[in-house]
Amino acid sequence: MNAPVLDVRAVTKVYGDGGATVHALSGVTLRVDRGDYVAIMGQSGSGKSTLMNILGCLDVPTAGRYLLDGTDVGVLSEHQLSILRNRRIGFIFQSFNLIPRMSALANVELPLAYGGVKPAERRRRALAALELVGLSDRVGHEPNELSGGQQQRVAVARALATSPSLLLADEPTGNLDTGSTRDVLDILDGLSTSGRTIVLITHEDEVAARAKRVLKLVDGDIVEDRRQAPVAGPPPRVLETGGVR
Amino acid sequence: MRFYEVFRFALRGLGADKPRSALTTLGILIGVAAVILLVAVGNGSSLQIANSISSLGAGTLTVSSSTTGRGGMPGRVGGQSTGTGPRTQARQLTLQDAEALVDPQNAPNVESASPVVNTNSATTTYEGASHDISQFVGTYPGYFKASSKSVAAGALFDKADVDAAAKVVVIGQTVAEGLFGRVDPLNQKINVDGTYFTVVGVLAASGSSASGFQDADDIAIAPITAVQGTLTSYGSLSQIVVQARSADAVDAAQAEITAILNQRHGITGSTTDFTVYNQATVQSAVADSNQTFTVLLGAVAAISLLVGGIGVTNIMLVTVTERTREIGIRKAIGAPKGAILGQFVVEATILSLLGGVLGVAVGLVGSRFEIVGVKPVVVPSSVFLALGVSVAIGLFFGSYPANRAANLRPIEALRHQ
Repeated sequence: MNAPVLDVRAVTKVYGDGGATVHALSGVTLRVDRGDYVAIMGQSGSGKSTLMNILGCLDVPTAGRYLLDGTDVGVLSEHQLSILRNRRIGFIFQSFNLIPRMSALANVELPLAYGGVKPAERRRRALAALELVGLSDRVGHEPNELSGGQQQRVAVARALATSPSLLLADEPTGNLDTGSTRDVLDILDGLSTSGRTIVLITHEDEVAARAKRVLKLVDGDIVEDRRQAPVAGPPPRVLETGGVR
Repeated sequence: MRFYEVFRFALRGLGADKPRSALTTLGILIGVAAVILLVAVGNGSSLQIANSISSLGAGTLTVSSSTTGRGGMPGRVGGQSTGTGPRTQARQLTLQDAEALVDPQNAPNVESASPVVNTNSATTTYEGASHDISQFVGTYPGYFKASSKSVAAGALFDKADVDAAAKVVVIGQTVAEGLFGRVDPLNQKINVDGTYFTVVGVLAASGSSASGFQDADDIAIAPITAVQGTLTSYGSLSQIVVQARSADAVDAAQAEITAILNQRHGITGSTTDFTVYNQATVQSAVADSNQTFTVLLGAVAAISLLVGGIGVTNIMLVTVTERTREIGIRKAIGAPKGAILGQFVVEATILSLLGGVLGVAVGLVGSRFEIVGVKPVVVPSSVFLALGVSVAIGLFFGSYPANRAANLRPIEALRHQ
């Protein structure tokens, strides 16, 4: 097929300089194919957030190459990077990061607005994304009028609105209760089933259990790479429930 | 990313903290309004002074005896000049001098010449009321026109009164109020330092008292023949007030007067024993000093406008710091640098433009009222200047914080709490 969505080659990230340097990533090499659902696990300080920020083009690696959809990110200008972040990547944060005092709809429309989509089309796509996460009845609410789970679903809708080739989720359920966690993970399962590429960070085993592939990161290096389900099929949880039914 | 999107984001950003936006706008508003208003007040007061000077007598010349050298000192007729100039046979101005100035042959530009004798501070009484008149003038009827005085009640005295040395007087508003209060002063007899005068007229208020150091309405005017010999001695005049045929003829009239008086006083050199004051000269001097005054007011106002501009910078810096996280989110979802930059520059520009426009409105409305006795007159260029400066302030002072916001790395901005 075509190039892998993610192609990370010997990426290192060093913080600080002189004697007090910290190696957050020490030569990570990773390929993620289209349609895969990858969970990156690791304790805090293992470098998983650093890796995520580099994957999301929010941070730049100290050394190594990173290709997104076959494009070398390292050579792109600031402006091209912003377009890349807008079109290719959907980012979901642990702390939701919705813009306060803007309605759910406006928040979801925001990346489309920056992408230059016309208002009517923007509204249609934002409403569709909100419907997908089950929040059609909350479009006019501002973030502080929504529960944590609902806010995270708005954030998922925002990440989906531009139809990115890659969905990155940095501990998406870290701040949520069990019920909301299940809602969000069900949405991610659904997206994976429909073929979307997802990379998420977690330290909870039950979250990782839903991914097709689990990576363990220790001290800035991948120490375990376990496949739980084939790239081309639905995620394991969907397989199970589908089997029981 | 179209411009109106950026504009919408900027409006939303400003709406997020309305009191703060309003206060920042107020800073610019005060600055702009102050510039317009203070320049208008300066301009208004200089126009007002120019008006009151011309109301004192447009096209009027005042001849007074001068004390050039010692020869000019009264009572020292024949004294010697100490200067290197020629000896001056200093002579006082006389009634004959005044009459000689009205000469269609040698002085075609002179319309009238009124001899004036002056007593400062004449004590007047009327039925127990007492008033010190600061100026008691004895003159010819031509003086009224030359000094732009008109009568509000009664009548002015005429040539016949002068010839008859009639004890009649025309009094100013201040005198009328001081002596008579609510009583009608016409045809009442008043005692001026022991001499009785009949009031025949009351002058209209001159209205220039605000700008002068002397109350122009604290005056009484009587025929010169009645004043000489009672309140002043016979002999020399205080001054001669000359009315030129028109305002343009003043300079020509001045030359004619100088020539006639030089001849009569036997003056050949440059040292004269009289001085001719031209109101136009005084007027331009006053206008100059007023210009300085206006510039000073404008400078003070400009400083307040600058302070307003610094207020905008301050608020934008605070806004950027406060919304660093939001900037990070926007960048993470793909906002290009230009959109972030545009949003903050537009926010700053809206603040200062709004403040500027409201400031112009306040300035224009404020200038319709009288401020400390001055009717402000708006200078159009000050309006455009103030508005232009306020918008420029928004652009320049707003672009620094905006640039800082736009150059933040997304991850740094996101980590900001």
